[in-house]
Amino acid sequence: MQLTLGPIPFFWPKEQILAFYECLQDQPVERIYIGETICSKRREMRTQDWLDLAQMLGEQGKEVVLSTLTLIEAESELKQLKRLCAQGQFLVEANDMGAVQLLSQQHVPFVTGSAINIYNGRSLRRLQQAGMQRWNLPVELSQNSLRDTLSQAKELTKQALPEVEILAYGYLPLAYAARCFTARHRNLAKDDCGFCCIEYPQGIPLTSQNGESLFIMNGIQTMSAKRFDLLDQVSTMRDIGVDALRISPTQTDMSGVIARFHQAITEPQSMTTNAQHINLVDADSHCNGYWFGQPGMDQRAIELNE
Amino acid sequence: MRHDFYGYFTPIFDLYQLFILSFEFYKLISNNYLAVFATNRNNIDSNQPQSTHLSIQCAFFNFEINHMELVCPAGNIPALKAAVEAGADAVYIGFKDDTNARSFAGLNFSGTKANKAVQLAHSKGTKLFVAINTFPQAQRWQTWQYAADQAADLGVDAIIAADIAVLDYISERHPNINLHLSVQGSATNREALAFYEQQFGIRRAVLPRVLSMAQLSHLSKTSPVELEVFGFGSLCIMAEGRCYLSSYLTDQSPNTGGVCSPAKDVEWVSTDQGQDTYLNGVLIDRFQAHEKAGYPTLCKGRFQAGEHTYHALEEPTSLNTLNLLPDLMQMGISAIKIEGRQRSPAYIAQVADIWRQAIDNASQGIKQQPKHWNNSLAALSEGHQTTLGAYHRPWQ
Repeated sequence: MQLTLGPIPFFWPKEQILAFYECLQDQPVERIYIGETICSKRREMRTQDWLDLAQMLGEQGKEVVLSTLTLIEAESELKQLKRLCAQGQFLVEANDMGAVQLLSQQHVPFVTGSAINIYNGRSLRRLQQAGMQRWNLPVELSQNSLRDTLSQAKELTKQALPEVEILAYGYLPLAYAARCFTARHRNLAKDDCGFCCIEYPQGIPLTSQNGESLFIMNGIQTMSAKRFDLLDQVSTMRDIGVDALRISPTQTDMSGVIARFHQAITEPQSMTTNAQHINLVDADSHCNGYWFGQPGMDQRAIELNE
Repeated sequence: MRHDFYGYFTPIFDLYQLFILSFEFYKLISNNYLAVFATNRNNIDSNQPQSTHLSIQCAFFNFEINHMELVCPAGNIPALKAAVEAGADAVYIGFKDDTNARSFAGLNFSGTKANKAVQLAHSKGTKLFVAINTFPQAQRWQTWQYAADQAADLGVDAIIAADIAVLDYISERHPNINLHLSVQGSATNREALAFYEQQFGIRRAVLPRVLSMAQLSHLSKTSPVELEVFGFGSLCIMAEGRCYLSSYLTDQSPNTGGVCSPAKDVEWVSTDQGQDTYLNGVLIDRFQAHEKAGYPTLCKGRFQAGEHTYHALEEPTSLNTLNLLPDLMQMGISAIKIEGRQRSPAYIAQVADIWRQAIDNASQGIKQQPKHWNNSLAALSEGHQTTLGAYHRPWQ
């Protein structure tokens, strides 16, 4: 089972982005997804900067994947997308069907991100035909949906299944809009946003009027306020046939999170993993409902490996 | 010199004059023709191609006038009748299950009712579309497959679908049925549209409510398929098909359950101050006594961000693009969609009637719109407010 790191969803200064990736050199993540996936106006890192970073991480022995923008509207965004899809050196993660189209036309294998809607085995096989070699489970699907999808796909053809990746830790990406909620929060027009989301490196928390944490506003994206965390589900995921676990970057305790997941993968019987986890998890800040077919915000009690 | 100049160019100048005159003449004819066409729209054979293009030829050039379709919703037979009578070019319905994105109790069409709907629509020359636009999960694939077969048997004019497996199945099994990509398919750029066109032969796509007019105008010039855009109704502010907010708070989303902010999870609680609305135990909004409490659609609640409590994502408001209609028509947008299969027959009759007149006027080049149209539409809207939404860049 591979441990991967998703693209940084927030807008961080270039130095911080580069420092973040520099620290990863000795961390046990095998694959790293990089690139701007939320807003094309975030240009601390230009396309060439991402390509240079990809080169550097590649030389350090990491598998590098370039992640595309999720909501593609403007011609300029399409142009940028074409450049990523045509670079020919690194694998690309398609987060929009536009990217799927460009990559499949070039007969280049690709990964699909969780915003590509694959809800069943037939869709999975159809996109595999188009060149998909790994897919990320849509965030709202449960372990039962995953099992059913894979068995339906197996019934359809004998061909090997595409690799399965799952978001196992981080804030859930829940929605994308034309509107920028961060600019709106600051009473700024989107076209005159002043790139203010750089001031919110963890997004803007949104709570209900009686104080319940609900969402995070991150530019045009809405995320869960709770961290999705499947640390105690690693062996179940392995049994289902999951090939890779994805950690979505945040500003806090990345090396701790990576270490815990690495241990859960390499030492499945380790009790310390569970013990540490139980101390960390509480229902106010963590959730795992989607995995159990419940509302995403729910937190079901941690399962012990005994 | 002057004399020589004109002498040299006279034949070309005359040709140019003739060209201009013919253009004016044919504009006149075409407008009259369109007026006749609009009056007789209910008599058109329903087997005609998906979009009606009137080709008008003259000695020098051809030009085409796009007949923009008015596509209206219906959740039951009375609503369908209302839409047909008000002059909808097409009506879209869903089956009575979660294969469509308005899977509400008491709404939609069983097999017999769907058959009646097709007969009714076709008898008046109105097209009937069926939305099978949710995302089936493997265990229940048969239900979606059955819905697709049923729609084909009914002889509907188009199926509106989003899921890759559903699109794939229909294009293989029922290749003669027009496929429209649902807004839930979430295609917002020409490469995404090209994917669905090349893979499944879609004829038309309904666009998510996220594009600005400039972006839409550009897309309309390069799109490989006809474009249908939302004209009026509830405003979804997220890119449709890629919004999982509802299943985060409840156990259903438009993709999985064909419903957003499901009614089964709604609670209205009276308080000393007024009324609170909850969705699965989550406080969505708090109303004072003088405020009218609205349905707790989760993206339209008042939440706290920093020190402020406000409609952080969107106000309770409806989309109304009536003022943009002449521009949309000029871009060659093929159809205007009215949202609201959950609405009453009276609502649909009023909305469809105004939009019918508006489209007919606009296609005759009449830009002036009576003010009472917008007032009537606002009165029918959520919170009595309307917006141009993402079409109007400052909204974004």
